[in-house]
Amino acid sequence: MSTASKPLSGFVIEATDILETMGRDLLRLDVSEESDPEVLNGVFRGAHSLKGLAGLFGQDAATELSHHLEDVLDRLRLGRAKRTPRLFDTLNEAVETLQRMVKDASEHAGALAPGTLERAQALGRKLSALAAPVPKSERDPLDRLDLDPNVRAVLTEYEEHRLRESIRKGLLIFRLSVSFKLADFDERLGELNARLKPMAEVLSTLPSSLPGEGDSIGFELLVASGEGEERLQAAGSEFGAELTVLAARKKKATPRRSGQPGLPFWTDEVTASGAKLASEGSAVIRSAVDPASLRSITQTVRVDIERLDELMNSVGELLVIKSSLARLVDRVRQGDASALPEKLVPALSRETRALERRLEELQKGLLAARMVPLAPLFDKLSRLVRKTAREAGKEIEFVTEGGHVELDKLIVEELSDPLMHIIRNALDHGIEAPELRAEKGKPERGRVTLAAWQRGGHVLIEVRDDGAGIHLKRVREVAVQRGILSEVKARELNERELHGLLFLPGFSTAGKVSTLSGRGVGLDVVKVNIAKLSGIIDVDSNADEGTTFRLTLPVTLAILRALVIQVSQRVYAVPLSSVLEIISITPAEIRTVERQQIVTLRGQTLPLVWLAELFGHEPSHAPRPFVVVVGLAQERLGLVVDELLGQQDIVTKPLGGRLKNVRGISGATDIGNRRTVLVLDVGALLEEV
Amino acid sequence: MGFKILIVEDSKSSREFIAATVESVPGIEAVTTPSGFEALKLLPRHRFDLIITDINMPDINGLELINFVKKIPSYRLTPLFIVTTEGREQDREKGLALGAAEYLVKPFEPSSLERLVRHYLKID
Repeated sequence: MSTASKPLSGFVIEATDILETMGRDLLRLDVSEESDPEVLNGVFRGAHSLKGLAGLFGQDAATELSHHLEDVLDRLRLGRAKRTPRLFDTLNEAVETLQRMVKDASEHAGALAPGTLERAQALGRKLSALAAPVPKSERDPLDRLDLDPNVRAVLTEYEEHRLRESIRKGLLIFRLSVSFKLADFDERLGELNARLKPMAEVLSTLPSSLPGEGDSIGFELLVASGEGEERLQAAGSEFGAELTVLAARKKKATPRRSGQPGLPFWTDEVTASGAKLASEGSAVIRSAVDPASLRSITQTVRVDIERLDELMNSVGELLVIKSSLARLVDRVRQGDASALPEKLVPALSRETRALERRLEELQKGLLAARMVPLAPLFDKLSRLVRKTAREAGKEIEFVTEGGHVELDKLIVEELSDPLMHIIRNALDHGIEAPELRAEKGKPERGRVTLAAWQRGGHVLIEVRDDGAGIHLKRVREVAVQRGILSEVKARELNERELHGLLFLPGFSTAGKVSTLSGRGVGLDVVKVNIAKLSGIIDVDSNADEGTTFRLTLPVTLAILRALVIQVSQRVYAVPLSSVLEIISITPAEIRTVERQQIVTLRGQTLPLVWLAELFGHEPSHAPRPFVVVVGLAQERLGLVVDELLGQQDIVTKPLGGRLKNVRGISGATDIGNRRTVLVLDVGALLEEV
Repeated sequence: MGFKILIVEDSKSSREFIAATVESVPGIEAVTTPSGFEALKLLPRHRFDLIITDINMPDINGLELINFVKKIPSYRLTPLFIVTTEGREQDREKGLALGAAEYLVKPFEPSSLERLVRHYLKID
């Protein structure tokens, strides 16, 4: 790592973390009717830290934008700006732009990609316009409070604001004095806070001077509550706290239902009517910001310390096995009588079995360490969907399921863009306009579901919409118009094949290029991206009921389960994640259509490739060859082989030098006994046909 | 004779930056913590010659920390710096009123912090 990039990577990692948290919290604020002051304060603090961080690393543009962001958030939390959906859109946009800037910083050694600076500046201007002040009230309610000037002296402006708000709401203000042991006061305060949370808000925690005994510490808590004195007294007494009522002259009490957490802070003044929002849209910025890639930037994975401990244990066990083996070696070397082969073999095979078990554990553990849940990605997508739907004037209910499902970090990274594309398609082409939905007897609000679940070594991710479905007739028409197919051929295609056309480059059935998905990127790119991950895409669609895109992905790419096959005495490995099924055929079943050999499998044609022929081996004459049906994304292909040798875990090593460019081979692997075999590149083979 | 400086700052990189800056002065050891609560625990266990704190922190704010420190007899004369991105006038006034010696607004040049540290600890 160069000296210049080292400190910058620190910036990238910390900024990415901050922005991720901010994004998630903004979503929480956006979806709730009333905002939790703690969450809002957290977002504000995020912007604040980011500003400092960016400044520290000389990232001027990011410093400026986070300054504007901080400013707006500050006004929001101080009750000086109004909470509107449009404001949230802009805040999200700012977070996304900052994410892009951080990405630029990581990729171009701190320099911004063209256009980013202008975009950031435009956004900064928009933010400062949004921070227009809300008229201030005449008198400072703090003056109505019998507050010790010493306490007031340590309240930050924000804390003063929270106090003011509480008084304005007619809540009672209390002072709680407690004393805890120095050793565990933070835990005890945490417990006290948790106890108070359902009935009160702690506005300030002021440590008071250490009393006589040096091992305890006193605190004065400033607390606002709608509950009566007795309940707080009861809660406080569990901690030995002394309660004093400070708000002597309260304006009007508005008793709150007990158990209601948090305090209402502001209310949403604009109801979420999509049409209205769309019309007040923010055209300038919207057109300037193309959809930021949701891929995260850091190359780091957070690993649960327990998982690391397990790995450490496995390593410890391996060391034990190593010393047993070393002892055996010594015995052989010394010509010990106990080192006769017949005595050695049981000991050796015992150690080998132990070694195998431990290595398996280690492998599993390392794989687990690479796993991350899908939830953060789903959160990001939810944010984008809300924004996109608002812009399109559509009312969407976006549901996510299975955020806890874990996948290899590298796969999750690569998934965000294809998923967003599919979701955008659903919003744009799938979900009909509210009036049309009403006519069809559907709820006006369209529903898009993003669901994930694990099945064996695969994770399935579905994007389901309850929209119009894929218009097969229209697909046929477009295919003919674009000269992809003749009219006759188009009529012959079945539903599955027609769906397959959607994944061809440049294919779009959208009547017009819309702002949502008409960005020049089609499903063909989605297909390529998913295929890179050895994933499969299936489409299922029913007219007027909706469309489902289902991605089937391997849980990890680091270690592949492979099918080992033989053709003309040569051995190859095929990644099992691409293998759909294996069938046995007789040569009589093979037909030739347009110089392509095919077999019919459950009514579908399956093109065949003879591996022996493809790799220039002497032709094999197996009487009943096997056909390994492989698929990636939408395509299927049958590989004709002589023998199936079994399944095995493999780690693919890239080929170097001239071998690198051999088509159909992705690398080499060791399958034991120091035998190296070539691993087939299913994606490339599919393109051959 | 070495000096010990306590740095209370929840942002990791700021913390490390400040620590590296002050430790570039020979004879200075930096003790860092991301939280005000941790700082409260550290105070009786060490004898700090200078304290540098942020204002906005998750548990207690920097003003509350300064107020507390100034009440401990052995820290009454210990210089305190506020280091924050806060340009907010009111918080600044309060910090100085509570007895903070300096108020630095991030980003700042390492040299200006170093100069202040040298000045308050009387290091040439």
